[in-house]
Amino acid sequence: MALVSRGFRGRRAPADPTRVPPGQYVTNDFPVLSAGPTPHTSLDQWDFSIAGEVDEPRRWTWEEFRALPSEDVTVDIHCVTKWSKLDTVWQGVSVDTLLDGIETSAKHVVQYCDGGYTTNVPLEDVTGGKAWVAFGYAGEPLEPEHGGPARMLVPHLYFWKSGKWIRGLRLQAGDEPGFWETNGYHNYGDPWREQRYWGD
Amino acid sequence: MAGTALLGRLTWQIAEVVDVVAETPRVKTIAFDVPGWPGHRAGQHVDIRLTAEDGYQAERSYSIASAPDGERLELTVERLDDGEVSPYLTDELRAGDQIELRGPVGGYFVWEPSQGGPVLLAGGGSGVVPLMAMVRLRAAISGDVEMRLLLSSRGWDDVIYRDELERLNGDSLTVVHALTRSQPPGWTGFARRVDAEMLAEVGPSPAERPHVYVCGPTPFVEVVAEAFVQLGHDPRQVKTERFGPTGG
Repeated sequence: MALVSRGFRGRRAPADPTRVPPGQYVTNDFPVLSAGPTPHTSLDQWDFSIAGEVDEPRRWTWEEFRALPSEDVTVDIHCVTKWSKLDTVWQGVSVDTLLDGIETSAKHVVQYCDGGYTTNVPLEDVTGGKAWVAFGYAGEPLEPEHGGPARMLVPHLYFWKSGKWIRGLRLQAGDEPGFWETNGYHNYGDPWREQRYWGD
Repeated sequence: MAGTALLGRLTWQIAEVVDVVAETPRVKTIAFDVPGWPGHRAGQHVDIRLTAEDGYQAERSYSIASAPDGERLELTVERLDDGEVSPYLTDELRAGDQIELRGPVGGYFVWEPSQGGPVLLAGGGSGVVPLMAMVRLRAAISGDVEMRLLLSSRGWDDVIYRDELERLNGDSLTVVHALTRSQPPGWTGFARRVDAEMLAEVGPSPAERPHVYVCGPTPFVEVVAEAFVQLGHDPRQVKTERFGPTGG
């Protein structure tokens, strides 16, 4: 039983519990969260790789990556710092497209990013139409502070599981906690089970 | 098992307000007594949860302002007019009230005395709060680690912790103010937003490999962190924490 806070009355309309996970509130802004300076990688230096335990590693330059089939995706996103943003519109390449034809026995994926950020997800959480490498937001190129030129989009997990400035996916047999996962945050990060921190 | 405590669930705890102090017209520090508080590291935050009588709940995160001090915990909160939680914390809470909180949270934006120095802290407005925990920890252990705090505020009356910072300023702690909108008569300090030139003047130089911590609103952090990198600081030495106007 939660403690009632004397004199506290909510100022916001109750959120739709089918769309807004517990402990979250809806914002119309797009707050920024990152642990260090924003990297600026020029597009002619940028590439994207599928590495690790795969039969044949893959690599795309920016031009090759942008020539892949892409999708418009409208999803709700949930940040562990409590904000949720509904109906965000992204343009990106499905991870299914990037992994198409790749043979692997891997069960886990490490996203690796410019600036040194990493985050881990089970492979099954980024396949089957659940994850994208996004290069556009609301019809515009993705801004650097939001992860441009490209970031992961794994909307069913807390948003730190969607690495900004993504440069590749490393497929591996074993799980390997990433940056926030080794700094107090939950290893899986399901917002609907409020898996914010270690032990949640 | 050694790992159990580390990985233990952060449970909601009852925190009782023991003191409320106005820092500036918009900012208050609320001191809590938290029975069983496990301690924290300078730079960490807590989640707080408010519950209305009808069961409606709101959760937000706030940086811890105090150095580790037993079961006493201080949060410093800026009132956001359109916020839901911050006006309650700043306007309504008084000694004897109880709220729920859990923490401490965050293992990256922290400074440990064992890291040593030099340390360069850059804060914008209430972004000074987690940096103040570092300043206070250094003072509490009578450390001689070289630490510099560059604090950007709108005006002299908006400077959070002003008197305490004036007291602590000296020896190996240097406090530098930048007043961006208005300056008192005779002001000889910085009177503009933080920029690369200012950071170079405040130092330490990249060659000294300072531990750099930047906290403030997103535009402040973007500009300041970028300037540090341009000056030649190793991006991996620059730790940032951002908050937006929606934090309220």
